[in-house]
Amino acid sequence: MHMADALISPAVGGTMTAVSAGLAAYSIRKVQRDLDEHKIPLMGVMGAFVFAAQMINFTIPATGSSGHLGGGMLLAILLGPYAGFLTMASILLIQALFFGDGGLLAYGCNVFNLGFFTCFIAYPLIYKWITRKGLTAGRIFRASLVSAILGLQLGAFGVVLETWFSGKTELPFDTFVLLMQPIHLAIGIVEGLVTAAVATFVWKARPEILERAAAGKALGGLSINKVLAGILAAAIVIGGFVSWFASSNPDGLEWSLERTAGTAELEASGGVYDVLANVQSKTAFLPDYSFKSAEEGEAGSYAGTSVSGIAGGALTLVLAGLTGLMIIAYKKKKTKTARQ
Amino acid sequence: MSRHEIEVSSLCFSYPDGHEAIRDVSFAITRGESVGIIGANGSGKTTLLSLMTGILLPDRGEVRVGDVAVTKKTLASIRRRLGLVFQDPDDQLFMTTVYDDVAFGPRNEHLDEHEVRARVEEALEMVGIPQLKDRAPYKMSGGEKRAAAIASVLSMKPDVLIMDEPTSGLDPKARRRLINFLKGLRHTKIITSHDLDMIMETCDRVIVLKDGEVAANGATPEVLTNGELLDQCGLEVPLSLQKCPVCGIKK
Amino acid sequence: MAKMADSIFNIRLLDDLARKNTSVHGLHPVSKLLATIVYLIAVVSFDRYETIGLLPFVFYPLVLILLAELPVVPLLKRLLMVEPLIIGIGILNPLFDPKGWIAFASIMIKSGLTVTACLVLVSTTGLDKIAQALRTLKVPGIFVLQLLLTFRYISLLTEELARMARAYALRASRRKGVRLKDGGSFVGQLLLRTYDRAQRVYHAMKLRGFSGEFHAYGQSKITRKDILFLLAWSVFFIAARICNIPVFLGLLLEEMSKG
Repeated sequence: MHMADALISPAVGGTMTAVSAGLAAYSIRKVQRDLDEHKIPLMGVMGAFVFAAQMINFTIPATGSSGHLGGGMLLAILLGPYAGFLTMASILLIQALFFGDGGLLAYGCNVFNLGFFTCFIAYPLIYKWITRKGLTAGRIFRASLVSAILGLQLGAFGVVLETWFSGKTELPFDTFVLLMQPIHLAIGIVEGLVTAAVATFVWKARPEILERAAAGKALGGLSINKVLAGILAAAIVIGGFVSWFASSNPDGLEWSLERTAGTAELEASGGVYDVLANVQSKTAFLPDYSFKSAEEGEAGSYAGTSVSGIAGGALTLVLAGLTGLMIIAYKKKKTKTARQ
Repeated sequence: MSRHEIEVSSLCFSYPDGHEAIRDVSFAITRGESVGIIGANGSGKTTLLSLMTGILLPDRGEVRVGDVAVTKKTLASIRRRLGLVFQDPDDQLFMTTVYDDVAFGPRNEHLDEHEVRARVEEALEMVGIPQLKDRAPYKMSGGEKRAAAIASVLSMKPDVLIMDEPTSGLDPKARRRLINFLKGLRHTKIITSHDLDMIMETCDRVIVLKDGEVAANGATPEVLTNGELLDQCGLEVPLSLQKCPVCGIKK
Repeated sequence: MAKMADSIFNIRLLDDLARKNTSVHGLHPVSKLLATIVYLIAVVSFDRYETIGLLPFVFYPLVLILLAELPVVPLLKRLLMVEPLIIGIGILNPLFDPKGWIAFASIMIKSGLTVTACLVLVSTTGLDKIAQALRTLKVPGIFVLQLLLTFRYISLLTEELARMARAYALRASRRKGVRLKDGGSFVGQLLLRTYDRAQRVYHAMKLRGFSGEFHAYGQSKITRKDILFLLAWSVFFIAARICNIPVFLGLLLEEMSKG
């Protein structure tokens, strides 16, 4: 469920990074204020544990299917929402850097999808509510199961929204939703069952762990409003970007391009200038960001499929190959002289 | 100026589940002494070390390091004088390179990086692993990790070196290197171990713990040859003092 | 549990590569990080049907891989492992879009470029230096410290878990995974041991004077070389983004062949 850079636009990536950074800063301050420096090694070591545990394959009897442990929910239950969120963030960073599982620009989206919804929505609204009258094995099981499922559903929906707003695929919104939600419901049920099983085990063996995590001040009613306000603000910002791009007038840009190219032609003197001016007038200088399925003219991004585009592309690759060979040769010479 | 480096008086501690781990323990250690603390599993060795370093605070009694009693307020200064090497080096080597682990202590003392570098190199030289400076812990053998853990403590220049089961998990050569290293250290040393032969070689005095109480406290040759006492405490005479395994003759 | 063995292997590989000593490895981590970000933004900002225009971006990973003497095959393998998920979403494009295949190609190219750039960053910098870079960029010490701790203990815990999984598999006949009802205690046992380990690590940190602060240490100064690296590549990325270089070259060829 990790979002890749290839599906994202810089606007969405940037916005979500800002939102996640804000949440992280808030969480850090909460962890610090509770004088919980003992949480730091806990976050680190438990983060490593969840990272490893996510690789275990759990088989479900009678269905023949299998699934894995979700991270965010279990971390919230064991460490509290703030520490859980930060731990999830470092797990995701390591996955992005070392495994390419989730892109760097999409990092903010992934932290939000897999960390925010579990730690700051599902945990306080579902888990804390079901266990509000006190922790028992039954309540813990049910609370873990339901909150894990909900957290994953919201996370999946987050993926849909971010992909749709980025506009890198043509998938219609409703199809995407109908595809993502049921699949992640199934995944969520398995993740929920595993999370619930582990949480219940911990409760039976060492109840003080869960009690300590629950005792830390969770989000009260006031904070939830603040958080929702934050989401609304983020949505407005994202929406603003979308409409700005959609309304940017590509025709206006091309018009000014023609003007510029035309001026260049008038002032041109000498063969090279003519050639360049010709090329200039035919090359697109700014891409088309609109979401409408394009019926571009020559100056659109379809230049890539024209003959000159393909020839140019081949030339680019040849240049790249030559550069590569030059570097290899240079390196060989260096090791030769070093050995002598 | 107290004549004792460490003084433990009437120490009592029980765990939250009710288990009385330390019962009225008293002893004193002078500067430069090497003391071994031995006992069966569960006799309270590790708990005692935790109490001495302030990881746990006693229910009754006190621990004095020099003139200072170990309390919540004095923890920071006490810990600079005591260096505790854990049983599992992976608990103590938590940074991504040996250098950063050994530098962790000095850096927390806010020394400048030149001083830190000097301390790190000195500590690594002392334990004999200067070449592992930039190694990651997951790539090191048990003996190397043990050495790095000791270095991470030595770089803080403690007065007392406390070690919990230092030879456990080491191969014979690594064990021998450790024993030689300990014999050459001039610090005050407190060592808990099941490796009674190592205790015999490195310690002047031995304290025997049984069920949280001091069962014996005397010079090494006396305590470690007392077969009856050791047997009562769930231990044995050191292997090198027992019958020769080849010809069966008692040494 | 081959996934665990592979993951440990991968981390070790990239960590080892990061310790090499080439000109690229010597560059300041902040300049490499920022250059990568500019690269990613440029690549990702192309519209969904762009394919040829992306080609010049092949220069950056190519040059770095060769200068840093990184082994291509393992990186390629890593790249291919990530692709299945992208292929999954990308392959749906042709179903909904008459020009869907072009969109699919665009996504695949972007994916290859972005993931490679990321892997190149890690293999030439390593998590330690990236952590230093984060600290320089004012990311709070608490987060950076626990990031390092997570990384440090990942291989330890993965190995422990793999050992347990093997022991389980030996007694679990033909099952390929852990049964759900065993799942709680299987994971739970190690979880409790891990929790205790965290306590011991905390004590180890306190005993060595830890009081909640963590600063960036061992940072090298930013040299002119680092700034030049960042500026030169950024200019190239922005230029390649604004003008469609391959098309430009193609038209140039056309014009030259005409007269």
